[in-house]
Amino acid sequence: PKRVKVVEVGPRDGLQNEKNIVPTPVKINLINMLSETGLQVIEATSFVSPKWVPQMADHTEVMQGIHKLPGVSYPVLTPNLKGFQAAVAAGAKEVSIFGAASELFTKKNINCSIEESLERFSEVMTAARAASIPVRGYVSCVLGCPYEGKIPAAKVAEVSKKMYSMGCYEISLGDTIGVGTPGSMKEMLTAVMKEVPVGALAVHCHDTYGQALANILVALQMGVSVVDASVAGLGGCPYAQGASGNVATEDLVYMLNGLGIHTGVDLQKLMDTGTFICNALNRRTNSKVSQACCRL
Amino acid sequence: MGAVPSALKHCLSYQHLLKEQLWIGEPAAPPPAAPHPWQESQASGLPEYIKIVEVGPRDGLQNEKVIVPTEIKIELINQLSKTGLPAIEVTSFVSSKWVPQMADHKEVMRGIERHPGVQYPVLTPNLQGFHSAIAAGATEVSVFGAASEAFSKRNINCSIEESIEKFEEVAKSARNMNIPVRGYVSCALGCPYEGNITPTKVAEVSKRLYSMGCYEISLGDTIGVGTPGSMKRMLEAVMKEIPLSALAVHCHDTYGQALANILTAIQMGVAVVDSSVAGLGGCPYARGATGNVATEDVIYMLNGLGINTGVNLYKVMEAGDFICTALNKTTNSKVAQASFGTGAI
Repeated sequence: PKRVKVVEVGPRDGLQNEKNIVPTPVKINLINMLSETGLQVIEATSFVSPKWVPQMADHTEVMQGIHKLPGVSYPVLTPNLKGFQAAVAAGAKEVSIFGAASELFTKKNINCSIEESLERFSEVMTAARAASIPVRGYVSCVLGCPYEGKIPAAKVAEVSKKMYSMGCYEISLGDTIGVGTPGSMKEMLTAVMKEVPVGALAVHCHDTYGQALANILVALQMGVSVVDASVAGLGGCPYAQGASGNVATEDLVYMLNGLGIHTGVDLQKLMDTGTFICNALNRRTNSKVSQACCRL
Repeated sequence: MGAVPSALKHCLSYQHLLKEQLWIGEPAAPPPAAPHPWQESQASGLPEYIKIVEVGPRDGLQNEKVIVPTEIKIELINQLSKTGLPAIEVTSFVSSKWVPQMADHKEVMRGIERHPGVQYPVLTPNLQGFHSAIAAGATEVSVFGAASEAFSKRNINCSIEESIEKFEEVAKSARNMNIPVRGYVSCALGCPYEGNITPTKVAEVSKRLYSMGCYEISLGDTIGVGTPGSMKRMLEAVMKEIPLSALAVHCHDTYGQALANILTAIQMGVAVVDSSVAGLGGCPYARGATGNVATEDVIYMLNGLGINTGVNLYKVMEAGDFICTALNKTTNSKVAQASFGTGAI
């Protein structure tokens, strides 16, 4: 594709998987800096119960505290109707719902079956439609599940289709544990593209086995033009101790720039933002581009 | 997607999934649970078999700060010999003044076990190094050219043309002794001094090396700046001059692009890939940055694509673990990081 939309998930997916609780002002500053880089979509926070996800307990403050640039979207996660209502009250204009292609994963993660989770989501969908709020759907475990192992491509297609039919404008396919390779990515996308138009698809690759950019390349070759990534590769993997998680936005943009694909993102500003959050978290960046550039 | 029990580490299904991906069992056999990807690789135009050239003991160790004791080098190579790798670059017959890490080249060459069916090439920058290598028992050598004049001058203190002349001497002697010669072209996708390198220049240097008798040309993205776009353009130019079967890619992961670049190359039919166990070898041009792509990560990707390599990933990971412990460093391989963390091995 000539243009790729980069969806920045660092402030939500990234921080959520970081061990240290990040103070609210740091989160707000991170999102504000990201807004200046040219990114069009920045996932800001998650309206879940702080009992489950303490990192996101300050969701209302973050939502109300950030500087919202015109032309930039700030979706938030809303696992159920209650979260949705809280999100809208706090000023959210776009929400995301999180499904999975694995029954076991759904049970362990949100304590219900896939079918039941879809029912909860349909409540959110109805409310969102009434409020004219766009909804993005995520499907986890599309290339493998930490509990079930292999996931059939047909299952991924089935869940994606259901979420798309419910009204999600985009479906982000997540390789949650990063086990996918270009082969399994191709197989999975072929199946999903029979049910959901490629223009509505995004890929959310984890770099736990170093395969992310290769997997993303294959997705692009098949026509996908929306890619999720996390600044500085924030976010470890809860399923593999010490391993990395999200692919780093800097490395993704580097590759897309080299391919002549337009993203609208300023790589230098992005790297500066990565440096900021890594300093704040007192950790090294997971972005190789940053590692290479910032040491010179 | 928050609180997940860490008891997951012991989850059998996860381990089964990893084992499928990591391909335990007979290295030469097709993946047990997945005949489909096997057909997939043929249907999708990818090579059925890819030769992995392991450069850890030479390129990897050469770029590590700590001088590695000879016994450790020998043990590393011996472990690598048992993994199924078809080619392991052992050492470099250069002056120890320039490359102290490789000062023990003779001892290493003589000390390693030589497994039948495995090649043990060594670097020989000139005729003197070549003779020394042969005397020490080498049966294959490599010469290192560059697509950049500035790099050639800074690295080996002569122009590309002068370096080619030196290599021709080596190639001539090698031909007389039936010793195969592999040619490397550095800076194929960018130079730390010159910046952009034209694909035509890479093609030109590659052709010179191939014409003098190198059986294979390894195109190196020395500073890792390449991306799938520049890889494609460069390979298109080189493939006009050199048959595909004589080409290899040597990608550095300094900007995280290595696997994507390798994928692009194999999609274009390249069937030889260089890599370094545990991603040994930093980058001398970008402090703190990584260098070589990790063999484990490459094999993981190729396994997933249903491409045969003949290599046992577990054994490579063990060799990687050995050398990282010896060097007191963490591995640069993401597969190793993920696997050792869960105790899935």
